Amino acid sequence: MTVLLDDFVVRALVAGIAVALVAGPLGCFIVWRRMAFFGATMSHAALLGVSLAFLLNINMTLGIIGASAVTAATLLSLTRLHVLPTDALLGLLAHAALALGLVAISFQDTLRVDLMGLLFGDILSVSRGDLGWILGGGAAALGVLALIWRPLLSATVHEELAIVEGVRVRLTHAAFVLVMAVVVAIAMKIVGLLLIISMLLIPPAVARRFAPTPEIMAAIAALVGVLSVIGGIEASLAWDTPAGPSIVTAATILFIVSLPLSGALWRALFSRNEKAHHHHDH
Amino acid sequence: MNMTTLAATDPAVLIDARGLTKRYGGQAALDAVDLTLRRGELTTLIGPNGAGKTTLVRLLLGLEQPSAGTVRTAEGLRIGYVPQRIHVDDALPITVRRFLALGGAPREAITEALREVGAAHVMHKPLQTISGGEMRRALLARALLRNPDLLVLDEPTAGVDLNGQAELYALINAVRREKNCAVLLISHDLHVVMAATDHVLCLNHHVCCSGSPDAVSEHPEYLALFGPKAAQTHAVYTHHHDHTHTVAGDVVPLQKDQP
Repeated sequence: MTVLLDDFVVRALVAGIAVALVAGPLGCFIVWRRMAFFGATMSHAALLGVSLAFLLNINMTLGIIGASAVTAATLLSLTRLHVLPTDALLGLLAHAALALGLVAISFQDTLRVDLMGLLFGDILSVSRGDLGWILGGGAAALGVLALIWRPLLSATVHEELAIVEGVRVRLTHAAFVLVMAVVVAIAMKIVGLLLIISMLLIPPAVARRFAPTPEIMAAIAALVGVLSVIGGIEASLAWDTPAGPSIVTAATILFIVSLPLSGALWRALFSRNEKAHHHHDH
Repeated sequence: MNMTTLAATDPAVLIDARGLTKRYGGQAALDAVDLTLRRGELTTLIGPNGAGKTTLVRLLLGLEQPSAGTVRTAEGLRIGYVPQRIHVDDALPITVRRFLALGGAPREAITEALREVGAAHVMHKPLQTISGGEMRRALLARALLRNPDLLVLDEPTAGVDLNGQAELYALINAVRREKNCAVLLISHDLHVVMAATDHVLCLNHHVCCSGSPDAVSEHPEYLALFGPKAAQTHAVYTHHHDHTHTVAGDVVPLQKDQP
């Protein structure tokens, strides 16, 4: 196994699959809670985390987690103050954070940064050290998500009902946002900060119409993510295309293919239900 | 936190609120409201739109903290809550049964509760596809699964047609009798709810008047808020409140359990 990891393609596959496995289930909650733009804003702010990490000379992944979490906290408190409509606020913060990050990075003249790698990912250059962070962070994120699954689902369906029934909603939300920050940080190496949100949104979008329960939707989303990673990396090697965008393109193709498929599935289910109804009538 | 536990002086008292005040930016949404909820009693909260009815309920449920005043609750009080609105995104695949399971109830109890509220037929349907009346019943079932001492319903018939409204109120009344729980109801359907109510609280930021339906319906502040027509409607119903009608029009005697 460790010998296998000497191969950069194997490292890329392992890292990509690890991220996809947690991005699918997390992405489901982002879709259900209508937090797509929130997630995009958090990932844009990741660039600030990168420059912060260089400035303070700390680990880049930790810098990104910190910056994303702080951005999320700022967002949540600004939303409560009703300064601006939420979508406008998110748009403002996302691009302000991105611009600020780009400016801050440009000051790092002693350490030239691979900007394209940060924006669009550099999965084929994943090192053993990166892999450690990705596997550790991914496992931790998935573990916390499993732990808060039921209270988070309950709060997603109806927050106040959940509170009255004793769910500790604030704590659950805080944990959820922290999981998002971790996933943003580990997914950045794979697809880059501009494309992270597509790793979170497209797999659940494919999974939705095939899934009868939240858990099955999460599982299908994880599978779709894994298939996208494998397809994208293979395509990138075959045609020398950039790996991150190739992964997202592979996911998009799966989404397009799934549309008529799911339509057919629904028609089949629907006609079966009709028949069942007729049997009940008599 | 202004929530404290009630001393066990009167075991029938479930919630005792004193001087509840809630201000939003200097504006008092609620001003010094007193309210006591007792086991077995149905209390109806009436008042014009924006009178602070929902705010009062949110304070009692602990969803918001009062600016002043106290809410004391009986120890271990279990509340079943039926919110006014629920919107679940289409992207979330969830059946009615799973929705009820989110409250932590076992499978058999869920089936039983749905049967009890007359919604067993929607058990396996996606939550987003059931009608407004079926949703109300599903919400009521989820509240009942908590085996509540107190049932709080925020406009339980909003978006339900007239027949459905009468059925829902009959159901709520039956539940109260069977479980001997307290019920707190926010309602606009004055003439329907007044007949079955033990205690009415007429709210317009402050408590305009409170007491038995008869006393409240003759109170000058009530008449000023709802007009003499409301009082007449109520009077017609009180004369007939020894029976009720099913949807088909059959007469059903009302069991009297009021003091």
